[in-house]
Amino acid sequence: MQFISNTSQEKKEILETIGVNRLEDLFANIPRDSLFSPKINGVLRKGISEMEVSRELQSLADKNRTVAQIPSFLGAGAYHHFVPAAVPALISRGEFLTAYTPYQPEASQGTLQATFEFQTMISELYGMDVANASLYDGASALTEAALLAVRETGRRKILVSRTVHPEYRQTLKTYGKSLNIREIPFLNGTTSLDSLEKELDDQTACVILQTPNFFGSLEEGEKIGAMTHAAGSLLIVSSNPISLGILKSPGNYGADIATGEGQPLGISLNYGGPYLGLFSCKERYLRKIPGRIAGMTKDRDGQRGFVLTLQTREQHIRREKATSNICTNEALMALAATIYLSLLGPKGLEEVALLNLKNAHILADKISQAPGFELAFTSPFFNECVVRSAQDPYQIQDHLSHKGIIGGFPLDKFYPDLSDCTLYCATEMNTEKEIESLVAALKQFHG
Amino acid sequence: MDKRVPLIFEQTVSGRRGTTFPSSGISVSDAKNLIPEQFLRTGGDEVSLSSFRKEPALLAEVSEPDVVRHYTRLSQLNFSADTHFYPLGSCTMKHNPKINEKISSLPGFTHAHPYQPDEQIQGTLEFLWQLEKMLCELTGMDAFSLHPAAGAQGELVGLLCCRNYFDFLGEKRSTVIVPDSAHGTNPASAALAGYSVIPVPSNKRGRIDKDALRKSLNKDVALVMITCPNTLGLFEDEIQEIAEIVHACGALLYMDGANFNALVALAEPAKLGFDMMHLNLHKTFSVPHGGGGPGAGPVGVRKNLEKFLPDSRIVKEGEKFRTVPESSQSIGQVRSFFGNTGALLRAYAYILSLGHDGLKSVSENAILNANYLLKNLKGNFKPYVDEPCMHECVLSASESAKDGIKTLDIVKRLLDYGFYAPTIYFPLIVPEAMMIEPTETESKKTLDAFTEAMRAILQESKQSPETVKLAPHTTPVRRLDEVTAARNPILRWKRHG
Repeated sequence: MQFISNTSQEKKEILETIGVNRLEDLFANIPRDSLFSPKINGVLRKGISEMEVSRELQSLADKNRTVAQIPSFLGAGAYHHFVPAAVPALISRGEFLTAYTPYQPEASQGTLQATFEFQTMISELYGMDVANASLYDGASALTEAALLAVRETGRRKILVSRTVHPEYRQTLKTYGKSLNIREIPFLNGTTSLDSLEKELDDQTACVILQTPNFFGSLEEGEKIGAMTHAAGSLLIVSSNPISLGILKSPGNYGADIATGEGQPLGISLNYGGPYLGLFSCKERYLRKIPGRIAGMTKDRDGQRGFVLTLQTREQHIRREKATSNICTNEALMALAATIYLSLLGPKGLEEVALLNLKNAHILADKISQAPGFELAFTSPFFNECVVRSAQDPYQIQDHLSHKGIIGGFPLDKFYPDLSDCTLYCATEMNTEKEIESLVAALKQFHG
Repeated sequence: MDKRVPLIFEQTVSGRRGTTFPSSGISVSDAKNLIPEQFLRTGGDEVSLSSFRKEPALLAEVSEPDVVRHYTRLSQLNFSADTHFYPLGSCTMKHNPKINEKISSLPGFTHAHPYQPDEQIQGTLEFLWQLEKMLCELTGMDAFSLHPAAGAQGELVGLLCCRNYFDFLGEKRSTVIVPDSAHGTNPASAALAGYSVIPVPSNKRGRIDKDALRKSLNKDVALVMITCPNTLGLFEDEIQEIAEIVHACGALLYMDGANFNALVALAEPAKLGFDMMHLNLHKTFSVPHGGGGPGAGPVGVRKNLEKFLPDSRIVKEGEKFRTVPESSQSIGQVRSFFGNTGALLRAYAYILSLGHDGLKSVSENAILNANYLLKNLKGNFKPYVDEPCMHECVLSASESAKDGIKTLDIVKRLLDYGFYAPTIYFPLIVPEAMMIEPTETESKKTLDAFTEAMRAILQESKQSPETVKLAPHTTPVRRLDEVTAARNPILRWKRHG
C-alpha cells in the first residue's frame, strides 16, 4: 500500500520537465556503497494491503490483556480514567490532527485559540499566572521547572523529595547531571520536614514536591512552601490535575512553578505515551520559561487573534542560548485536555475527583481489613495508597493476574526499602464490585 | 461571514453541564471526612471549584453540543495537510494514512498501562521490538532507543550518549560542532547537554566547508552534528570524507534525521559514516503532526554506543518479549515510561503498509516532486545553489524584496491562494529564504497549481503590490500584530481583561 498520487505518465512528464532521463540522475551524488539494500531474513518486508495491515495489527492488539477488558488497580503516574467520546472524536479531526506548529497564525487560528484556552485552564487549575502550550510529559515538565529555577536563582542545588515519581527523579538526574541534586527522605509516606530543613540552605535553587505524591499521599505544601521561601528558594510542585478538582491549588500555598502529568485529562494510557507535560508558573518567570506559548493580539483590522509569542526564548531564534531545546511538544494532547476540561467544567471535575477520593478510600478500608494486609502509611491520600503485605507483592501480582485482575504496582522496583509494599489505585472506573473481587482474591491468596 | 469564534469561556452559562458522572454520594463538604480540610480548596481562602464566587473558575460551563460545535468550528480555522497543500520545509507534511489512526485507536493498544506485567502486553512489546529492528535495517544502525518524545529530545539523547562514551574512554571533550545551516534545536540540545557549540560555515556549494571543519576539529571536539540532506535540501556529497576527518580526531558523527524522507530505503546513514542519529517519525514515517506534536524521535547508534542508550529496552527470548533495564552505563531515563507508543504504533503500521519497496518509492518521489518545483520556480525565485535538490528546495525572494515585497508578504498571500506557507527565513544563511517541501504524496496537478500561484503573486507584486503587502485577505483573521503580542503578553483569558 503506497500513498503516492502521481501516475507513471505524470512522473514521466515531471522527469521531462526537469530535463533528466532517469530518476536516479537526481541523486547520483549519493555514494554507491551507501545505498540501501533489504537484508536477507530481515524484518522489513515488501508492502502489504490495508486489509492485511489491519488484520495483522488487530491480532497483535488481541495479544494484549488490558484495562479495557479486566479490572485494574494500577496507577503510579498513569491513570485509567473515563474519556468522554467527544474527546477522541474532536481531536481526530484532520484539521487539528494534520496541521503543524502554527508558524502562520492567520491559517492556524484553531490550534492557537485552543492553546490559549488550554493555557487559561491550566493556569486557573494550578492557581498560577501563566502556563505554556505543553511539554512532553510530567517528567520533562518537572525537569524543565528545575532548570528554570537554576537559571532564575543562579544556584545549583536541587532538593527533591523521594516521594516524587521515581521516573521523574531519574529524568531530572539525566538532564541535570552537572547539578547538585539531593533527595529528601520520607516519613509515613510524606516528605520529612526535618530532613528538608537540614538540607535547605542559601545554595538551594528549588525544592521539588509532588502532591498527591507517588504514594498517593498529600504533602504539607503550605509548611514546605514557607520553609522554601525562607531560604530564598523556589517551590516547584507537581500535581495530578484531577486531584485539583477538590484539592488546594499549588498557587494557593505558594508554588512558584507548578507542573503535572496531563494524561488523566482525557488521554488514553497508551503504554506510557503520548502524554502531556503541564507547566505553569508565576508571571515574573515568564521570559525564562521553556516551550511554546500562545498569546492574544489583534489583526490589522483590530480584530482579536492569536499568535505564538515570546519566541525569542526559543531554540529556532536563540539557538544555544535558548531556554530549552524543545520544539515539537504535545499540542494534540493539550487539545484533548482542553476539550476534556470543557466537557467536565468545574462541577464535573469536582465530581470525578470526589469519585476517585471515595473509591480509593473504600479500597483502602477493604484491603486493610483483609488478613495479612495493612496500610503502610497513615497520611491522608487522594486516589492511591500503599499497602503492606505479609506475602511477596510480585507473587500477589501473579496471583491476581491469573484471577483476571491487574493488581497494584509492587514498589520494590523503585523502593527496595518498601519491598513488601504495593501501590494500589482506584479511580472512577473501579466499581465497588471490582474492589470486592480484588479483596476476595487477596484473601484467597493469603489463604 | 464572521469566521471568528468566541472563547469557550465566553460561552459559559452558569449551571450548564457537559459530561456528568455517576453520583459519588458525597459532596465537597463530605470530603473532609476522608482527608483533613486543610488540603481542600474549601479549607483555605479558595472556594470549591464549582461554588459561586466573585470570580468563578475559568473552566467553562458548557454542554456537549456547545463543546462539539466550538472545537469543530475552531478546527475549521486551521489549514492542515488533510485540507491544504502544506509545503512546510523540513517538516515533511505528507499524507497521514487513515489506517494508522484506526490501528492506533484499537483498545488493545490504547488501554495498555505502562506498568502492566510484560506477559499481559505481549502485543505491544512485539510491535515495539519489531519497529526497533526495522529502523535498524533502514539506517544500518545497530540499535535504536524508542524513548525520545520528539526530534529535539532525540538529539539530547544522542549528545548524552556521546558524553557517556567519552567518559567511558576517559577522554575530556567539551565542544560540539554544528553547521551554520543547522536547525536551532542542534545547538540548543548541545548546550543543554553541557557542551559549548562551535559553528562551522557552509561553502558556496551549500555544503559544509571541509577546510573550515578541519580547522575547527581538535581533541576537544566530541561530536559533529550534521543534517543530511542538509537544510538547503542538498545531499552532503562529501560526507564519507567528512566522516573520516571527524573520526581521525576521535570525535563522533551525528546525523539529524529530520530530512530522512529523502533517504529512506535509498541510503543507509551508517554506511555514510554516521555513528548515531535520530529519526522524526512524525516526518518521514507519517505520524500526524497534531498541530505541534506529539511526535517521536527515536535514536539509533552503532554497536559501540548501544550500552549508553536510555533505560529500558525490549528483548526477545524465544517467542516472548520482555522489557529489561539497560546497562549500568546507560545515560538513564529521559522521560517517564517507555515512549510515545501511540506515535510509534502509527509508524509501525506505516512501515508495514509500504514495506521496503514502498519506502524506496517514498524517497524517490519526494526527490522527484521537489526537483519539479525547483525547476518550475527557479526562473522566478533564485535557488541558493543551482543544482538538483533532494526532498526540498530553498529559494530566495531577495529580488522582489528589493522592490519591497518580502518573503513574508509572498507567503501570506499564498494563504489566500489556498496553500499553506513554506518554511521561511530558514536556513538563516539564505536571505529571504523559502524552504519548500512538497513530499511524495502530492500530485503534479497540485504542484502545478502551486507554481501558478507563486508566479501570480510575483505578478501582483508588480501590478498591485498592496494586495500582497496587506495579505492575507481571506483567512479568518488578517495579518496579526506579533510585536505587540510579545511586548504586552496576554497569555490567558481574564474576565475583565
